[in-house]
Amino acid sequence: MAATLTPRGGVAPVRRPRKGGPAIVRFYRSAVGKKWVMAVTGIALMGFVLVHLIGNIKLYLSKEELNLYGEALRDMPGHLLPRTWLLWAFRLGLVAAFVLHVHSAWGLTVINRRARPVGYQSKRDYVAATFASRTMRWTGLIVLLYLVFHLMDLTWGNANPDFVRGDPYNNLVYSMQRPAVALVYALANVALAIHLSHGAWSLFQSLGINNPRYNGALRRFAYGFAGIILVGNLSFPIAVQLGLVDLACPGDDPVAECNEESGL
Amino acid sequence: MSDKQMRITLTAWRQDGPDAPGRFETYDVPGVSPDMSFLEMLDVVNERLQREGKEPIAFDHDCREGICGSCGMMINGQAHGPERGTATCQLHMRKFRDGDHVTIEPWRAAAFPVIRDLIVDRTALDRIIESGGYISAPTGGAPDANLIPIPKPVADAAMDAAACIGCGACVAACPNGAAQLFTAAKVQHLNLLPQGQAERWDRTINMVETMEEYFGSCTLHRECEAACPKSISIDFIALMNRDYAKAQLAQRRLVGQTFP
Ligand code: FES
Repeated sequence: MAATLTPRGGVAPVRRPRKGGPAIVRFYRSAVGKKWVMAVTGIALMGFVLVHLIGNIKLYLSKEELNLYGEALRDMPGHLLPRTWLLWAFRLGLVAAFVLHVHSAWGLTVINRRARPVGYQSKRDYVAATFASRTMRWTGLIVLLYLVFHLMDLTWGNANPDFVRGDPYNNLVYSMQRPAVALVYALANVALAIHLSHGAWSLFQSLGINNPRYNGALRRFAYGFAGIILVGNLSFPIAVQLGLVDLACPGDDPVAECNEESGL
Repeated sequence: MSDKQMRITLTAWRQDGPDAPGRFETYDVPGVSPDMSFLEMLDVVNERLQREGKEPIAFDHDCREGICGSCGMMINGQAHGPERGTATCQLHMRKFRDGDHVTIEPWRAAAFPVIRDLIVDRTALDRIIESGGYISAPTGGAPDANLIPIPKPVADAAMDAAACIGCGACVAACPNGAAQLFTAAKVQHLNLLPQGQAERWDRTINMVETMEEYFGSCTLHRECEAACPKSISIDFIALMNRDYAKAQLAQRRLVGQTFP
């Protein structure tokens, strides 16, 4: 059995990663390196989530404000680059971060499954693990699936029958007026907040950023960050469902005309 | 000494050998003194089993004072049982109540195969130590005490890490079967001290990579820290992660120790 595979008795390794290659590849092959990559890509994704929320708050200002924000993203950074180039750079960076985040999560899951093929036969009693830490891969998966829908709904428009390209305000309001979409949006954001409440703390540990003097603050930062994202993102479907935010110009008139009519 | 007696029901994992299928067996255990340690309670059960001509429950133990790291089992789903910072041998029956049902099971991990009943093979932890848990020191006369100045906080931190008794509870408690706390303690108690600097980067790479051949990865559940009979902090895991990244990415093996 297993013992015959090992030279010095005892236990056979469950994993023998290849050796050699460039330092960065060797690093990523290790589980510690994968966690490091998860942390760095996690920071990038957290930055995106926060900027996304701040941008969307313009929903409460006016239709024009939100749509101008969308335009401004495409126009970044003014005339220094052709239009949408910088936006695409950000998009590609985000896709890369997402792919690496998921890929390393997958690799780590496989490693962990192999490390305990036979589980405990009696009931485990966890004392320190939190609901968030134990459900990371499920909350992550929910966010991933939701993200696909979210893009189809509000970026590509194929899941939104009233989609008008270049009119994010009305697209968003139309979408959120459908109760099912509002509910799915809310649930996905709850999952995201749970994911962040663990991830936004554990990333520091993975990166080795640890000092007893501010470890408590790092933990509070994670809860605070998750809380801000949760409250901010949940406010959008709630506001639309309560009618606090309504269509600025019903129908699918082009943006310019619509703005004239409503006197914006 | 109190003369109050307790009666507990014990469900123990019984397995005749590495490849034999295991099963739970339940025993009625009357006459348990609250002053007994958990292992003494098992001794009582085993004496009775032997009198009845049955095989006693096999479990690892040696010092019975929480310093050797031999003992350890899952007690009601927790490594080393319900008392924090305590090895199984130091757990007292007064932590349980009369009539309690106690279930015990061996550590479970791919790297910890069951030898018999509650005894597992923890050789994999030795493999990690062999790969870097040492320093190079000149032989000859014993050096003077305090010849190398070490700041008190540094010495304290190194001692906190060195408290690890290598029992394997961190692996057992970890939902991922990771040995991060053990390895971090063994890496850092040397990496923190001047005497450990010569091998610091090689040690970190070699011990982490050996660990990863046998064990899972850390996802910061903190179960290890809660289970550790020496209450070793996961802060050491962060320090190890930091040293590993530095060792790999700074290519110290090639360019030497040129920046902190
Ligand atoms: S028997 Fe030595 S630590 Fe428990």
